[in-house]
Amino acid sequence: MSESVQLTRAQRDDLRTVAGMIVPASEEYKVPSADDGAIQADILATLGRDTRLVTAALDHLARLAGQPLAELDAARRDAVAQEFRKSGGAAAATLVRVVLQCYYRDDRVLRSLGLELRAPFPKGYVLPDGDWSLLDPVKARGGTLRRAT
Amino acid sequence: MKDPVDVLIIGAGASGAAVAWSLAETKMHILCLEQGGWMNPAEYPSTGRDWEAKFYGEWSSSPNVRGRPEDYPINDDNSPIKVVNYNAVGGSTVMYTAHWPRLHPSDFKVKTLDGVADDWPIDYDALTPFFEENDRMMGTSGLSGDPLSPLTHPPMPQQPMGLSGAIIGKAMNTLGWHWWPSDTTVATMDYEGRARCINLGHCTPACAQGAKSSTDITYWPHAVRAGVELRTHCRVREITTDENGMATGVVYYDKDGVEQFQPAHVVIIACNGVGTPRLLLNSKSDRFPDGLANSSGLVGKNLMFHPYAQIYGYVKEPTDSNRAPPTCLWSKEWYDTDLSRGFVRGYGVQFVRGAGPVFEAVVSEQKGILPWGEDHHRVFRKLNGHRLGFSAICEDLPEEHNQVTLDPVLTDSHGIPAPKINYTISENSQKMMDHALARGREVLEMAGATDICVNSPIPWGGWHLLGTARMGTDPKRSVVNEWGRTHDVKNLFIVDGSIFVTSGGVNPTSTIQALALYIADQMKQRLANLFD
Repeated sequence: MSESVQLTRAQRDDLRTVAGMIVPASEEYKVPSADDGAIQADILATLGRDTRLVTAALDHLARLAGQPLAELDAARRDAVAQEFRKSGGAAAATLVRVVLQCYYRDDRVLRSLGLELRAPFPKGYVLPDGDWSLLDPVKARGGTLRRAT
Repeated sequence: MKDPVDVLIIGAGASGAAVAWSLAETKMHILCLEQGGWMNPAEYPSTGRDWEAKFYGEWSSSPNVRGRPEDYPINDDNSPIKVVNYNAVGGSTVMYTAHWPRLHPSDFKVKTLDGVADDWPIDYDALTPFFEENDRMMGTSGLSGDPLSPLTHPPMPQQPMGLSGAIIGKAMNTLGWHWWPSDTTVATMDYEGRARCINLGHCTPACAQGAKSSTDITYWPHAVRAGVELRTHCRVREITTDENGMATGVVYYDKDGVEQFQPAHVVIIACNGVGTPRLLLNSKSDRFPDGLANSSGLVGKNLMFHPYAQIYGYVKEPTDSNRAPPTCLWSKEWYDTDLSRGFVRGYGVQFVRGAGPVFEAVVSEQKGILPWGEDHHRVFRKLNGHRLGFSAICEDLPEEHNQVTLDPVLTDSHGIPAPKINYTISENSQKMMDHALARGREVLEMAGATDICVNSPIPWGGWHLLGTARMGTDPKRSVVNEWGRTHDVKNLFIVDGSIFVTSGGVNPTSTIQALALYIADQMKQRLANLFD
């Protein structure tokens, strides 16, 4: 059974809300928000070893908010988010990281960034060899290795 | 009781593989015990879409984060630099950048040249043939003729310069500073059964293509074919000794967790600068109450890490991002002592090509340059694929208070006491790091970089584990002699980075393996009187 089931409904709601605050949707770049259903499902399905710290972060967030984050007005929500990031330590950093690592592997997001939707292997990438005449000044300058005696 | 073996090697990483291969020609019965297993490249991160996320979990460079059964925990709370390693056949060559400089000739004589630390009991020339042999075995790429580095003869041409290399090269030329394509162990053409590099990108945590050299695909296949026995998932607890003070074998836990005793006529330790002192300190007995081979009291002391001073920024032009091996160029401009800089000794530089999107987002958010909210997307597009990095590998001088001891509480999954690290960055190293950051900033600004960020030291940068069982001719001031045999136990040898006397300012794996081959050669020459 996935460890993600350890998140309560309230925690999942707060996670979705804070994820949307970290990365909102953008019409300009044609990308979803991190509160998007597919991205949230990816986060919950892959929390794994991060579950404990993410749960701790959400507990911290709940204490700061005092009520569901989504129910706060915008100014109060922003203030809570800032305090959460400032005082949340490793747990908050882990929560932000799991949001970002799932967001930046979403097909829609990668497409918007102009990145291919694939694993690096087996196709790899092509790297330009470059103009090695750039080394000519280094060769011309030369130098000597420090002697050992 | 098991039959005794002639030679028992503990650890199948960089040095264990090299010494096993070299000794195989003696036709002795050689056994290697390795706590990890054989790797499966089909499971390497680059084979999956979630390749970057894996770096934060099962493919973290930190054994404490990975927590695989093959790993042992390390208490590094008292160190600003955390230990990173990998435990498997291939050891940390499975997970390294493949950057392949050698120590310089001057690195072996720091006392004579600069009046600090100690000279090595051997010199660069003694290692030269073994550097060359190791480069052929590991399969190196590079461009011979760097005026500020020891002469090398890589069998393959250098890596492509790429987009990032060209930007760096132009900036360094404008500043009039030295740079050169790095020697690496990345195959740039098909080589000895390895396929050429296809730029999978993040090759530090293992190469699915097999282009990056690791000893599980270089030395070990040759050694096993030559008759060396490699027993995996076997964790050694202690080395045993007899009434004459000679090593008799090891106690280990096999793959089923069952305690075993393996007798041996010669024991060779190849467990790195943390694992080796841990094993020696765990091998206490009435005869060796302070740990084995520790009459000098120096086992575990003089730990050297190489503090990394890293600075990076973002240029307008695209860089290679994650679409290339991470390192491509080095500089030795500040390698040698120049006392006008305010510190003794120096540092090498490795330039970094870029990062993948997840890493970029996570790190930039942590640094405070990637905001939450509406502006996130615009800023991310400015950062992603535009990063350039400058990492200085600062020579760490030996200090006895930097040390590996045994943790009184923490143990591994077999109940063996874990290592504990106490380490501080010296004033000399700090000045060196500050100097490097200032030079790095000049390079980045010359390249047009903005949003410059610093990691100094790189916290999870304890790759190079050196000095904790140092080499020397004086038994009171060293643990092993000038050919790797412990002063106290005449059939016990150490071949890993723990025997380094000083650290130089470069990645040490090339030198570690050259030393292992040199010690194996010394043993072969002395087989008739090895214990005299």
